[in-house]
Amino acid sequence: MINKENPYIPYNATVEDTWYETGGERAIKTFKVVFDDENIRKSWEHFPGQCAMIGVLGVGESMISISCSPTEGEFLRFSVMRMGKVTQALHQLEPGDKMTVRGPYGNKFPLDQWQGKHILTIGGGIGQAPMRPVVEYVKSNYDNYGGLTMIYGARTSGDLCFKEEFEEMSKDDQLSCHLTIDIEEEQWDHNVGFVPQILMDLNPSPENTIAVTCGPPIMIRFVLENLKKLGFEDDQIYTTLENRMKCGIGKCGRCNAGNMYVCKDGPVFSYAALKEVPEAFA
Amino acid sequence: MSAMLLNKEKWSDFVGMLAGKNLWAPRESDEGLRFVPVAEGEVPTLDYNNTRVPPKEAVFPQTETLFKFKVGGKDLEEPRPDQDAVLLGVRPCDARAMHIIDELFSWDEDDPYYLKRREKTVLVGLACNEPGLNCFCTSVGGGPVSTEGLDLLMVDLGEKYLLEEVTEKGSALIDEVKELLEEADDNSSKQKDKLADEAAGKIKRSIETEGIPAGLPGLWEDELWQRVSASCIGCGTCTFLCPTCHCFDIQDETEGFEARRCRMWDSCMFREYTLHTSGHNPRPTRSERTRNRINHKYSYYVDKFEVIACVGCGRCINLCPVNIDILDILGQVKEEI
Repeated sequence: MINKENPYIPYNATVEDTWYETGGERAIKTFKVVFDDENIRKSWEHFPGQCAMIGVLGVGESMISISCSPTEGEFLRFSVMRMGKVTQALHQLEPGDKMTVRGPYGNKFPLDQWQGKHILTIGGGIGQAPMRPVVEYVKSNYDNYGGLTMIYGARTSGDLCFKEEFEEMSKDDQLSCHLTIDIEEEQWDHNVGFVPQILMDLNPSPENTIAVTCGPPIMIRFVLENLKKLGFEDDQIYTTLENRMKCGIGKCGRCNAGNMYVCKDGPVFSYAALKEVPEAFA
Repeated sequence: MSAMLLNKEKWSDFVGMLAGKNLWAPRESDEGLRFVPVAEGEVPTLDYNNTRVPPKEAVFPQTETLFKFKVGGKDLEEPRPDQDAVLLGVRPCDARAMHIIDELFSWDEDDPYYLKRREKTVLVGLACNEPGLNCFCTSVGGGPVSTEGLDLLMVDLGEKYLLEEVTEKGSALIDEVKELLEEADDNSSKQKDKLADEAAGKIKRSIETEGIPAGLPGLWEDELWQRVSASCIGCGTCTFLCPTCHCFDIQDETEGFEARRCRMWDSCMFREYTLHTSGHNPRPTRSERTRNRINHKYSYYVDKFEVIACVGCGRCINLCPVNIDILDILGQVKEEI
């Protein structure tokens, strides 16, 4: 939990397992980490939608989505794209190495309020990281929800994250899973096409459904447009924002979109709320 | 509120008695007039309009260590809390600025670095008899004798200073120097009111802020932001030297095996402030950054904390190298609303 004495002091955690989701210059690596201090391990509570500041001492910290659901166990998962100084240092970490974690930060997907509803997640690329905990949370509480549909796409099959989970997902008859890549590939027997188009092809009913989306800004823009075409109301659509962050607790100033701090008032926003925020899609 | 008088003949004794208390006062430096610890035997004079660097740096230093550690280690060493401090000669606008950003630093999560220092610092104010050219405190809820944020207010009555206690910290300070003071009479209080009225009358610049916080969001796409930022060179002076600006960056520094995580003032007028690692920047030009600066002070902060985050000290007007004038911007905002 947020260190009340001094919220800038991070907790030490150990990388228990790590693997590459994707390759290339901007590779995505997933870290499964556990807190060193048992008290923190026991008292830590997070919920789908929330983020944490993870870092390497001497290099710095980055705000990263917590990509696991609390229903999965007493560990945290982060999927990190190698982009800048901090993520480069994080990518050096191997099992047994230390990273620092502080948080959890931000608001949550209101999954409690969505009980009884059909949950539709629409993810693109690394944007699946905040979708995954929603999927996992609903999977462990199927009885409380009206169904689960997951649309996930990336440029190529190699750019998809969490590939090792797809096979098990395909066996889950309560989960309607739709994978897609932008351009056709040999031995790819799922969809081909952009995520917003796959959404239209699937033509989900807005009735008693909540749509949650995260991905590149251009994808989010067209997904929102298409959800409206499908008849979804603004308060049935949720997305997450990201901005550069330093403190995570609404002090350092930089993550504001209009009068909202993404680190505190977000990162989860309903489309109804975002429409009031002038800088939301800047 | 009890009030006392200090004869100016006893000024050096007064300063001498406070000298052991980590006394800070304005002194001219290479970077202009700023608050610095008073040296032994030094007798500061209160002969200035206002400091160039606001006294916020005493509680929110330009750079400060959050914690230290050894390279490769995992034990974090927090800095020892600072000693008590007394700031002598803080202008009412600057004290009010701290009062305003107290809200931010104690919002939900407490910021222990700022709040602990704030608690340990006594602000001795100096009422303004001669406002500066670009002062407009009276437009934004302040005034030449405003006591918000102060612990003690001093008013220059000519031969004497009137000392009015505002908080318990202020009255405790008065108790310590009581032997130098005499009880104030009705006359000195009348004198103070007269000086305050005169000072307020000398403030030449103003803006009617009513309607600005509610009207700003509607001007999001207005071309005025292009217009008012056209000459901006992005130096960040307006925000660095603003007493209510509180944005900061956090960076790690290493030297040999010694390392520290520190925070330092940052500015929304800089490109890097919002630059994503992907290269995307939600505020790509100075027009968006200027819009954010004005909106943050006159709209967002009002939404969150019900107070305008500008105290009318005039620093951003006085010190802008290309003469951008916040009152001119706000005037244009008023016209467009």
